[in-house]
Amino acid sequence: MAILDSKVPKGPIKDKWTTYKDKINLVNPANKRNIDIIVVGTGLAGGSAAATLAEQGYNVKAFAYQDSPRRAHSIAAQGGINASKNYMGDGDSDYRLFYDTVKGGDYRSREANVYRLAEVSGNIIDQCVAQGVPFARDYGGLLDNRSFGGVLVSRTFYAKGQTGQQLLLGAYSAMNRQIARGKIQMFNRHEMLDVVVVDGKARGIITRNLITGEIERHSAHAVVIASGGYGNVYYLSTNAMGSNATAAWKVHKKGAFFANPCYTQIHPTCIPRSGDYQSKLTLMSESLRNDGRIWVPKNIEDAKAIQQGKLKPTAIAEENRDYYLERRYPAFGNLVPRDVASRAAKERCDAGYGVNATGEAVYLDFKSAIHRYGKEQALLHGIKNPSEAKIIELGEKIIEEKYGNLFQMYEKIVAENPYKTPMMIYPATHYTMGGIWVDYNLMTTIPGLYAIGEANFSDHGANRLGASALMQGLADGYFVLPNTIGDYLSHEIRTGKIATDSAEFEAAEKAVKERLDFFINNKGTHSVDYFHKKLGQVMWNKVGMSRNEKDLKEAISEIKAIREDFWKNVKVTGKLDDFNQELEKAGRVADFLELGELFALDALNRAESCGGHYREESVVQEGEQKGEALRDDDNYAYVAAWEYQGEPSKATLHKEHLEFKDIELKQRSYK
Amino acid sequence: MNLTLQIWRQKGPNDKGQMVDYKVNDISEHMSFLEMIDVLNEQLVASGDEPVAFDHDCREGICGMCSMYINGEAHGPDRGITTCQLHMRMFNDGDTITIEPFRAAAFPVIKDLVVDRTAFERIQQAGGFISVNTSGNTQDANALPISKHDADEAMDAATCIGCGACVATCKNSSAMLFVGAKVSQYALLPQGQIEATDRAANMVAQMDLEGFGNCTNTGACEVECPKGISLTNIARLNRELMKAACKS
Amino acid sequence: MNTILKTSIGRKIAMALSAFFLMFFLLMHLTINLLSVFSPDAFNTASHFMGTNPLIQFIMQPILIFGVLFHFVMGFVLELKNRKATAVKYVKNNGAANASWMSRNMIYSGIAILAFIVLHFKQFWMHEINYKYIAHETPNATRYYEELVKVFENPITVAVYVIAFIFLALHLLHGFKSAFQSMGIPAIRKKTFETCGKIYAIGVPAGFIIVALYHYFNQ
Repeated sequence: MAILDSKVPKGPIKDKWTTYKDKINLVNPANKRNIDIIVVGTGLAGGSAAATLAEQGYNVKAFAYQDSPRRAHSIAAQGGINASKNYMGDGDSDYRLFYDTVKGGDYRSREANVYRLAEVSGNIIDQCVAQGVPFARDYGGLLDNRSFGGVLVSRTFYAKGQTGQQLLLGAYSAMNRQIARGKIQMFNRHEMLDVVVVDGKARGIITRNLITGEIERHSAHAVVIASGGYGNVYYLSTNAMGSNATAAWKVHKKGAFFANPCYTQIHPTCIPRSGDYQSKLTLMSESLRNDGRIWVPKNIEDAKAIQQGKLKPTAIAEENRDYYLERRYPAFGNLVPRDVASRAAKERCDAGYGVNATGEAVYLDFKSAIHRYGKEQALLHGIKNPSEAKIIELGEKIIEEKYGNLFQMYEKIVAENPYKTPMMIYPATHYTMGGIWVDYNLMTTIPGLYAIGEANFSDHGANRLGASALMQGLADGYFVLPNTIGDYLSHEIRTGKIATDSAEFEAAEKAVKERLDFFINNKGTHSVDYFHKKLGQVMWNKVGMSRNEKDLKEAISEIKAIREDFWKNVKVTGKLDDFNQELEKAGRVADFLELGELFALDALNRAESCGGHYREESVVQEGEQKGEALRDDDNYAYVAAWEYQGEPSKATLHKEHLEFKDIELKQRSYK
Repeated sequence: MNLTLQIWRQKGPNDKGQMVDYKVNDISEHMSFLEMIDVLNEQLVASGDEPVAFDHDCREGICGMCSMYINGEAHGPDRGITTCQLHMRMFNDGDTITIEPFRAAAFPVIKDLVVDRTAFERIQQAGGFISVNTSGNTQDANALPISKHDADEAMDAATCIGCGACVATCKNSSAMLFVGAKVSQYALLPQGQIEATDRAANMVAQMDLEGFGNCTNTGACEVECPKGISLTNIARLNRELMKAACKS
Repeated sequence: MNTILKTSIGRKIAMALSAFFLMFFLLMHLTINLLSVFSPDAFNTASHFMGTNPLIQFIMQPILIFGVLFHFVMGFVLELKNRKATAVKYVKNNGAANASWMSRNMIYSGIAILAFIVLHFKQFWMHEINYKYIAHETPNATRYYEELVKVFENPITVAVYVIAFIFLALHLLHGFKSAFQSMGIPAIRKKTFETCGKIYAIGVPAGFIIVALYHYFNQ
């Protein structure tokens, strides 16, 4: 286990980061000019890291597969960003944010990392405001906060329903300032296809120019992977179409351990699939559950009639509706955490109570909220004995103020008016907590190779709290990595420019080219999407919201079979040296086909239920909690870090044992 | 429904390009427009042809990547949406739909429906930022109250997704709505006011250099903008530029 | 300052300023023309004043000519630049879906107006210059009304006149609010200016048309 040293500094948790920063080695400004850093991915984590490193004086080369850093999928985050500012005076603190994050992650994250995250969260808000991020404000001109994800304080800062976009544009603007100064060299429409390791250290990457198809070598003293998560292994997810795991998977194959791949967040409030042609799923903010009530018909006949389009939900009487979350979890009701809400929806739909043509949807109903707000408004406006129509009118106005843009988005997609007919929702893959294993410095097991943001595994444990993804991405990029990387680079000041003509670069480029050649020249029969969809089906059905040993074992062999079929029968049109989207997809799907297998293997290994990972074998057997997820701290309080050994299924497991000194481990209960 | 698609096919930047007709059948009205294109591309791949290249990514109307000119309008006939949010229920069985790339001299075609919008990048690099370093000790976020009205207005301007529909739809290929939105966002916030005039002058200079046309206030950009960015942002940009002229 | 004036926005502001000047001139011109309907004498007095006052003749008149020329030349320059910016045309473009006909065809309404101005110069201005400065005929403070009436005897002239002013109305329907937008009018005033724009753009050309028709039918 010597290999898995988390390098967490000694001392009390509150002082670790400060003491650490005081003691690390720094690189003097004149030397920074001679050091190159590659940043792969320019979302919140990569963008903020690239900008900050360039501000410090390093030469940064940043890579994005889109035509601009502003298009990274961080932009799609709606709800907000947490920070322990305690502006609301409701008792928030760094410790509380730390505690909530560890507890929300079902005690599977590293305490020291999470505390540091909470500690710098306030700086993020300061920094973003200074950059001109237009956060929502109250009438006094101060920043507004809202509560989110069932925590007990209001600590979520937001910018309309577009917080991710505004934060990303902030990081992007900081990048632009450095691009203009020549400190960041931006490579848009470039995809990293391999990492180059020289003498055990990460020294560069091989990329493909997506416009010309040219294969390029880029060298640097350190490489930062900020390429996001791997949710698209499910084919259908709320990720962008291009979101991929290639960068993360390539570094894994070159020696970086991959941690907890089975930790995936399935978000409960997404717009359901409407047919087989579906290409992606759209998420609607979790905040909807603050006012919406989730239900399915109580009688199976009603559900069948709805599925066949013979019955409208509004025609089902109150007593024939099953508000299953309120029934099962009276204490938290519709506000149970994401994983619990998602599993409950799946349970009802699997039992046949789903409410659209595919049978995979439940209702999210705002009728009672409209009534409640309507009555309140009538009272406020001094209307005595308001008519039913008046109440609804007033109530709808409040709902519109709160969720107008979400309702409009829903209506555009589904063509139903959610003010009048209950919304249909279904869970969808949203975020992957697992990722490349990193130590306290955010360095992977390959020296000089770092992973930040969703690409690493570090802060969210087995389940991520709402509004924490943006926080982690920016914390890593603005405040953590720029400090920790200096400690490593202080040993690189005498290295000089890294040559790109070494045997290692040569070999890496050759392998990349061979693989691309194979795709183009393979006379296959099926498109890339065909295989991706097949993989997605196996992942969703057998490694989805609810997992068991039998399914997982089947999944492993099925994924392997799909992969073998893929390498025989994939058909990629177009040319190598051209803009070729099929070729791009082929490479990404090839990697998903390997990652999916490791994912299933990890899920099989972890025979406990924790956070987003639910094993049907590990549930409470009796009492009030019967049937609920059961964690096994004695046997599984560790990070499962996998080392690649030539094939996904042969990966070896390394354990980083998790110690909880500042938080007492408890079973979650939402009853 | 069954449809005829007339799609702009162009092999590369130097190819002349032309409209090509395709047929797609059994399209569900619940499909998104891009899912309909996916169906066409699956068809093309199956027959060994090259699929239609088009930009897309998030498919939920926020990344600004998708960029089709459908039946003579940027992002198609619906309002307040991007191409990826357009659904087939806007069309009828038997329709012929024309699909072209976003056109402007400053947006050269890369391939088929994919255009190069990096001119926007260079405009942003010319001044679309506030000069502040990341330090962890900038002043507290609440040290400087900002009126809710200004913050909300800055937010409205900041919702621009940089898709380029404003340029594509403008008869002059003007980028004023895009630049106006960015300049406005910062001009409305005290943090941005320090560099406001320089920013406006520099961004406008770069915009002109990129070969975008002159704004003639037709207002088409505001109508086609998927995020409803208002023309008042252009008026504000004009004011900011006049201020810059007076100062220098 | 200089470099900023050369930007696209600088040109657009210059366009707006010349437009303001021309719109002011139009209003004044209309006022004098309307006098001809109510009182030939007053019309003659005003016309004589305008035609003989050195300030008007030697300062305002050149400025006006410069303004007209500037507005047209700049209009053409911008149009050419804009055509360059839109090198490749759409195969199918539904311009009517998002912008008014007027706003999309300022160059054509402008050309129509330019053609009319050439005619107008020939009919009135050249005559004036010839009368006063070339032929050196005896100044006559009462000739203007008769000359005016005479011009509007011809139905073709009246028809051209009416059509030209319809084009002017179309030009102004976009031009008025566009000029204010170019000058950066704040959002809260936008509605007011749009209403004013409509009144001006229809009212002023209508006034000119009424004067012409009045004299034509009154003979």
